[in-house]
Amino acid sequence: MGQEINGFHHLLNGDGPPLPGGDRPDLLVLRPGLLFKVFEQEFLAKFNVLKAFESPLPLDKYLRDHAQSARAILCEAIVTRITADLLLQLPALELVVADGTGVNHIDLAECHRRGISVTNTGDIFSEDTADYGVGLLIDVMRRISRADAFVRRGSWPVTAEFPLGRKVRGKRVGIVGLGNIGTKLARRLEAFGCKVSYNSRTKKQSAPYDFHPTVVDLASQSDILIICCSLTEKTRHIINEEVLNALGKKGILINIGRGPIVDEKTLVKYLVDGKIAGAAMDVYENEPRVPSELFGLDNVVLSPHRGAFTEEAFFDAFKIVMGNLDAFFSNTSLLTPVSTNE
Amino acid sequence: MDAIGVLMLCPMNNYLEQELDKRFNLFRYWTQPNQTEFLAQHADSIRAVVGNSTAGASADLIDALPKLEIVSNFSVGLDKIDLTRCKEKGVRVTNTPDVLTDDVADLAIGLMLAVLRRICQCDKYVRSGAWKLGDFRLTTKFSGKRVGIIGLGRIGLAVAERAEAFDCPVSYYSRSKKADTNYTYYGSVAELASNSDVLVVACALTPETTHVVNREVLDALGPKGVLINIGRGPHVDEAELVSALVEGRLGGAGLDVFEKEPQVPEELFGLENVVLLPHVASGTEETRIAMADLVLGNLEAHFSSKALLTPVV
Repeated sequence: MGQEINGFHHLLNGDGPPLPGGDRPDLLVLRPGLLFKVFEQEFLAKFNVLKAFESPLPLDKYLRDHAQSARAILCEAIVTRITADLLLQLPALELVVADGTGVNHIDLAECHRRGISVTNTGDIFSEDTADYGVGLLIDVMRRISRADAFVRRGSWPVTAEFPLGRKVRGKRVGIVGLGNIGTKLARRLEAFGCKVSYNSRTKKQSAPYDFHPTVVDLASQSDILIICCSLTEKTRHIINEEVLNALGKKGILINIGRGPIVDEKTLVKYLVDGKIAGAAMDVYENEPRVPSELFGLDNVVLSPHRGAFTEEAFFDAFKIVMGNLDAFFSNTSLLTPVSTNE
Repeated sequence: MDAIGVLMLCPMNNYLEQELDKRFNLFRYWTQPNQTEFLAQHADSIRAVVGNSTAGASADLIDALPKLEIVSNFSVGLDKIDLTRCKEKGVRVTNTPDVLTDDVADLAIGLMLAVLRRICQCDKYVRSGAWKLGDFRLTTKFSGKRVGIIGLGRIGLAVAERAEAFDCPVSYYSRSKKADTNYTYYGSVAELASNSDVLVVACALTPETTHVVNREVLDALGPKGVLINIGRGPHVDEAELVSALVEGRLGGAGLDVFEKEPQVPEELFGLENVVLLPHVASGTEETRIAMADLVLGNLEAHFSSKALLTPVV
């Protein structure tokens, strides 16, 4: 199943510049992510795409038979793991192209050892994710989704009153993770008159916002806490009981980072028990499973991991992915290389 | 002051109602089984009317209250008040500007994001269990979209400031070009619509601006355009809007107001590219208290012969 991006394919003017040499180079795809599915025709036109997922062979046999000369792999991040073991089976591999921002699924150290370059999609998805964070914030504060549902079920003529929301201007917003997404989010929220402060791995010298040394400290000084950081061993379950207590009964939690950053069981309990005022979640610990206790709550906004998923972002991501592949196969500089040397 | 008769036209806010009851002789118009009889009996003691965006001081009502001195409105919009009659009879009029500007502008942006990014549809998708069967589709980016604002008053400007933080190019239509802004001016609403991805109604409702968003404007906005109405229902030709949406000639709409509230055209209920709200743009606890305090403050000022806080007439 593919997703058509209406109105964008026509902008692609055919295949783009042809690659040097005669034959189309091999491009290994173990499992098709959304980007590959949407732009499959464009990839097929330029590459000999090795579709491991269409082969009846077990993966190791497929790689042995077909991928020994493959210099590049395009990978999605949901299921694929680029492990040292996998890399062993790809002796010619020189480039791993991730179809998104995160590279947690790639053994960067092993790539470094092997001299394999890795690219991601750079900053492409951060604007849409920041926009979505603002949208979720306004929704949970002003009850937009609940009000829309109220009108659609015909309740307005019956129950004239809809519960009041809360004013956004003047609220203290604590951003956890002031990276690409957090920075864009902060700029947007300032225009609404929110008072922005943050916690991050390191203090950002150029950021005009107050830095809090711990997430608990940030939460204790925030009306709204927004998670924008990436998932690492250090950030797993960093939003825990202590943080939620510090956020308090009038506090709102918004997660546009990754589900496992939040102790979901505790969050659900706190929402059900009224120990925090509300939440907006785009991500969960076990997607697509969402705790059903949340479905009956009026003070939560639930989203199916769509923070970055706009047609425009996917089109731009495709251009970067293709740009990196073009650069690699013409021996010019990669557009968005990821450092493998940590 | 509790001998002063104040007529409240409809339920609008508990805090306001309680305070009016404490400070004045409050009459609740909506609880009267026979309003004509009520007026015949009590008209002479009523010196103030408190209305809102739903119920206002019409010419008939003003004429029926010979002792009326002031209309203190629980809204910024004046479209439900017969201002001409008030001027003729020397009746003062106050409203609630500024205190609600932020909330209304916030809601306008909230509606833009909700429509373009399908936030309400996504929430419904998760709650229905549909996510287990497949992902929601790709939606439309908001940042960088061209925002056209009809009316660059307090609310229009506040919308513009927020849109700028999303790198949205802002343009506007107003009765006359504003000297002190850098936003692009268009001399007609249709021209503004042709050059916008999102069109926001943010002007006052007057006879001139009734149906300012008509078929021509909707056609100019087009099948990818989004209309956001945070003004008044009658700003938009609702029948034309509904058919444009149903027929796919308009890309989407975020509507807080309708021509005959609380009636909302049912054809809209099945559309995923609309967001429908029950007139909540100023609906926050903080702002409603601030609005109520302005109503009370204006009444107290008037009846103590002090300067009105926010006079219109």
